Amino acid sequence: MVKIYSKKIKQNRKEVKIMKTFTYTIKDALGIHARPAGVLAKEAKPFASTITVAAAGKSADAKRIMAVMALGIKQGVQVTVTADGADETDAIAAMEKIFKENL
Amino acid sequence: MEQYSGKKIFSGVAIGKIFCYEKEQNMVVRRKVTDVEAEIARYEEAKKEAVSQLQELYKKAIKDVGEVNAQIFEVHSMMLEDGDYNDSVYNLIRSQEINAEYAVATTGDNFAEMFANMEDDYMKARSADLKDISERVIAILSGAVTGEAMSDEPVIIVAEDLAPSETVQMDKEKLLAFVTRLGSANSHTAILARTMNIPALIDVDIKKEWNGKMGIVDGYSGKIIIDPDEATVEEFKKKQREDIEKRELLSSLKGKENITKSGQKINVYANIGNTSDLAAVLQNDASGIGLFRSEFIYLEKSDFPTEEEQFQVYKQVAETMAGKKVIIRTLDIGADKQVDYFHLDKEENPALGYRAIRICLTQTDIFKTQLRALYRASYYGNISIMYPMIISVEEVRRIKEIVEEVKQELKSENIPFSEVEQGIMIETPAAAIISDELAKEVQFFSIGTNDLTQYTLAIDRQNAKLDMFYNSHHEAVLRLIKLVVDNAHKEGIWAGICGELGADTTLTQRFLEMGLDELSVSPTFVLPVRKAVRETN
Repeated sequence: MVKIYSKKIKQNRKEVKIMKTFTYTIKDALGIHARPAGVLAKEAKPFASTITVAAAGKSADAKRIMAVMALGIKQGVQVTVTADGADETDAIAAMEKIFKENL
Repeated sequence: MEQYSGKKIFSGVAIGKIFCYEKEQNMVVRRKVTDVEAEIARYEEAKKEAVSQLQELYKKAIKDVGEVNAQIFEVHSMMLEDGDYNDSVYNLIRSQEINAEYAVATTGDNFAEMFANMEDDYMKARSADLKDISERVIAILSGAVTGEAMSDEPVIIVAEDLAPSETVQMDKEKLLAFVTRLGSANSHTAILARTMNIPALIDVDIKKEWNGKMGIVDGYSGKIIIDPDEATVEEFKKKQREDIEKRELLSSLKGKENITKSGQKINVYANIGNTSDLAAVLQNDASGIGLFRSEFIYLEKSDFPTEEEQFQVYKQVAETMAGKKVIIRTLDIGADKQVDYFHLDKEENPALGYRAIRICLTQTDIFKTQLRALYRASYYGNISIMYPMIISVEEVRRIKEIVEEVKQELKSENIPFSEVEQGIMIETPAAAIISDELAKEVQFFSIGTNDLTQYTLAIDRQNAKLDMFYNSHHEAVLRLIKLVVDNAHKEGIWAGICGELGADTTLTQRFLEMGLDELSVSPTFVLPVRKAVRETN
């Protein structure tokens, strides 16, 4: 019992420490096009955390507009966004808001 | 003081500073640099300037085209601040000890290539954005003047040639005259000059060194004078004043009927290419709009305009004209008017290619969006619709089917609309010859003499070399016009002209004899045509 309990805590701690993440399916007809990629880069920049957008086996730094555009993510594709760093909780909340509002 | 001659395509006098409009194709030379950090600082400085230019453009665009369309400039400045882009520039300068211009050009090309190779058509088109931002920085680095950075004061535009999409983007308030090396009397630049009532010359041996100098464009004799002396400036100021007086005389014709001495009446309407032309329509007392070219809505955008965006434009025009007739021509893109996001294939012979109604009847979703917007706007004024580049009765019937679908859709959505008069452009010899058949299908004809002449004479209106063969009064064209008018009247519908020929006052009498019901001309020609009508017996 004790053993399992402690393992669980360990796991939880690990998750908290490593990163925050969410998945989102793109609804915008053009996919992640220039404008939302720009909004994303602009909003991601102030955060200290490393923020990554990943889909279909490729990933890009959310702070880099061209790398995100180069992913060529289309409508209907599921993306995974992760934030890793000191302010990852705020960062992931901000990212989630942007995806919901713009994409 | 130097003087150069060209061919006049629109008269008038302009005095002002010369602005050499250059397509941003700066030749970039690879140079070795010794102080790489200084070179990077030079790049940073230029980038800062580029970003501030883009911010200015963004602000201006918000006012002109609205927030959504202006965002492209914000995206451009973000691209310039992009980490990968900048890393590439720094790396090239440091590792190869080369000049910033070359590093930016190489980086721009590489990134443009990357986008060009993507599968998605939208992403492919972004390679143009990469070229655009890179060229902006290179232009700043090499001290060249960029297209958009047109100075604050009105200028005489001097250029090799001007594409329709370039003239569309120019700030109309700041144009005094056009002087180009290429172009022809029937080009888009010429049409714009006529619409705006500013002098224009072509076939001029233009020189880059003119940039920033004072110039006089004499659209009467076809001359441009560089660095004029004071006496010359005075002489031309006098000419300008005489022009104004003449125009004021014409103003006295405002409010008068378009009626000949023997009592024959004709409608004189205005052609417009943008909502910004509406003021000129009202100032020149046109009794309606005979041709509203809807293309500008598409040309000014980086993606298909939505139904709502189009509706707002059509509604504004309909409301401004307050019950007067507004004839809106559906999308006439292709040939010399290209829009990136349509991704039209390069054609051997675009004038005979995939354009206008042919696009609309193939990509019916684009067509239906426009028709929905037009019908919705019809509720707010007196809108008529006409369709360009018709060659057959079948096309017209297909159009009517689609129109019917649109009306049914709106009805089922409880969206109000009014009855809309349906007409077609007669601009192909085919349409003119079968106009007896076509007249049974529609409520009016509007003869597009520019294309009708081009297709009848087999002369490309953009080719300046052919100007000597081009006869706008060719008997074949005039007989086709007569045929169209007769066939229209037999079926009890009306016929007008909305091409350049309608404004040719040496033909006004002949048009009246043919029985034309309407002439639609550039706003600045409304009163001269009225004068010609009133002087006809």
